[in-house]
Amino acid sequence: MFAQLISDIGSLWAKYGTVYLTGISNTLILSVVATLIGCVIGFFCGILQTIPCGPADPFLKKALLKFIRIILRAYVEVFRGTPMILQAVFIYYGMPYFFGVSFRDIWTVSIIVVSVNTGAYMAESVRGGIMSIDPGQSEGAKAVGMNHWQTMLYVILPQTLRNIMPQIGNNYIINVKDTSVMFIIGFSDFFAVHKMVSGAVFKYFPSAFMEMVGYLCLTLFASFLLRKLEKKLAGKSDYELVSTDSLVMSAGTYSLPEDAVSPFDEISKDYKGGKS
Amino acid sequence: MSGHILEIRHLSKAFGSHAVLKDIDFTVDKGDVTTIIGASGSGKSTLLRCINLLETLTTGEILFHGQDVTKGKINPSAYRAKVGMVFQSFNLFSNMTVLANCMIGQQKVSHVKKEEARQRALYYLNKVGMAPYINARPDQISGGQKQRVAIARALAMEPEVLLFDEPTSALDPEMVGEVLDVMKSLAKDNMTMLVVTHEMAFARDVSTHVVYMADGVIEEEGPPAKIFTNPDNQRTREFLKRVLNS
Ligand SMILES: Nc1ncnc2c1ncn2[C@@H]1O[C@H](COP(=O)(O)OP(=O)(O)OP(=O)(O)O)[C@@H](O)[C@H]1O
Ligand SMILES: [Mg+2]
Repeated sequence: MFAQLISDIGSLWAKYGTVYLTGISNTLILSVVATLIGCVIGFFCGILQTIPCGPADPFLKKALLKFIRIILRAYVEVFRGTPMILQAVFIYYGMPYFFGVSFRDIWTVSIIVVSVNTGAYMAESVRGGIMSIDPGQSEGAKAVGMNHWQTMLYVILPQTLRNIMPQIGNNYIINVKDTSVMFIIGFSDFFAVHKMVSGAVFKYFPSAFMEMVGYLCLTLFASFLLRKLEKKLAGKSDYELVSTDSLVMSAGTYSLPEDAVSPFDEISKDYKGGKS
Repeated sequence: MSGHILEIRHLSKAFGSHAVLKDIDFTVDKGDVTTIIGASGSGKSTLLRCINLLETLTTGEILFHGQDVTKGKINPSAYRAKVGMVFQSFNLFSNMTVLANCMIGQQKVSHVKKEEARQRALYYLNKVGMAPYINARPDQISGGQKQRVAIARALAMEPEVLLFDEPTSALDPEMVGEVLDVMKSLAKDNMTMLVVTHEMAFARDVSTHVVYMADGVIEEEGPPAKIFTNPDNQRTREFLKRVLNS
């Protein structure tokens, strides 16, 4: 039995190997690109939705933010609340009605649909990620004089990114599998190859077997990369004490702007080498 | 034009209908070490947060070198860079190393060049005894060490006034000393400080001026010698009796 399976796979591969490879690379490219663009969209929406706005702000700003929030809310609800397969049809066949041109580049439409869909999910993840960060972090940033955007860019978003890495991974994995619905507008992804080939040669199981293995490769490899990235973002698990002498020398070149000459040296001595 | 660094004038703050601060009035001069003492819930933290513009006042004004900073004419970021704050919960940036914590504000807010920011950060980290730890992240050091880094981070902005909100309250007892030592040396160094604290010994021995608050008003203020030995106000006397005996 196994021998039969292996020989069937072998013959499929010999005849259609490049077709399978093209399919898997199409799926990989589409899901990677769309996940990345989706993350950008998600961060953008998450940031817009968390712009602070107090009662003291001018009316125009409040009205504008309110408007933006409604638009974003609608975007998230529509794209999370409808099937991606329908969204693809909707956009692909809807274009001619709205813009008078038909969008015949299937790659462009596919990337748009999957990205915008991923963006809707990521927007919520990012918003939650931002809200879950200790308010003390942004107070600390404000206390050294950072404005809202600097606080976001240097303090909040890096921490948000670290926190939502698992969700990004999730979205990528979902995309790898769900891009198969793009066959509806003629995108030839990995699964489309299976339908095409097995329909031509009636070798359903061997083809499905290859598909299984192929999809698992795409997702397992991604999980592995994400773990690595998560570790990297978390930073080193230990640190090295730096010898004070070398530091004092280099810090010594800095001179205080004011008259302050320090009685701190006593302390520095006590703490030299650091208490722990 | 007055010579005060900070003047708090008729400051009131309410959260909804809850009046937390009522007509607070006091000044901070260069070199002052003012401690604010008072029972829990009396509004001390809220006062500091108002001064740092982390809360918006309901009424009143805060003058920094004679200029009102609460009416939006002065850029809050620029003002905050001159009035540093050290929090009870440290609030170090958890995505950065100790060194980066002390550099980022200088680089992004004061536009100090990287190398100079580094030198300055090292200088102040060395002062608080944390220079060996520049490569550590905040979650890898102890509470006392975090607070010393937070002080260095604030100092690295070279502010004119430093606000401390109970800098030692979140610390294990054996770490309180190291932070107080740093603050004492700052005081010796003529750093202008406004310190909310429950450390009565610090208030008595280090500060130049003590403000006693109860229920959102300043009940009494004066030099520590007076407040701690012979307060005028009955409530002050009772409060001190309570905290000094415990
Ligand atoms: N954001 C807020 N919303 C509503 N009420 C608040 C808020 N912050 C503080 N309060 C109230 O203001 C009062 C004063 O609080 P505050 O934190 O300033 O006291 P405190 O003197 O610092 O006390 P402690 O010594 O315990 O730190 C309290 O009754 C508190 O419930
Ligand atoms: Mg408090």
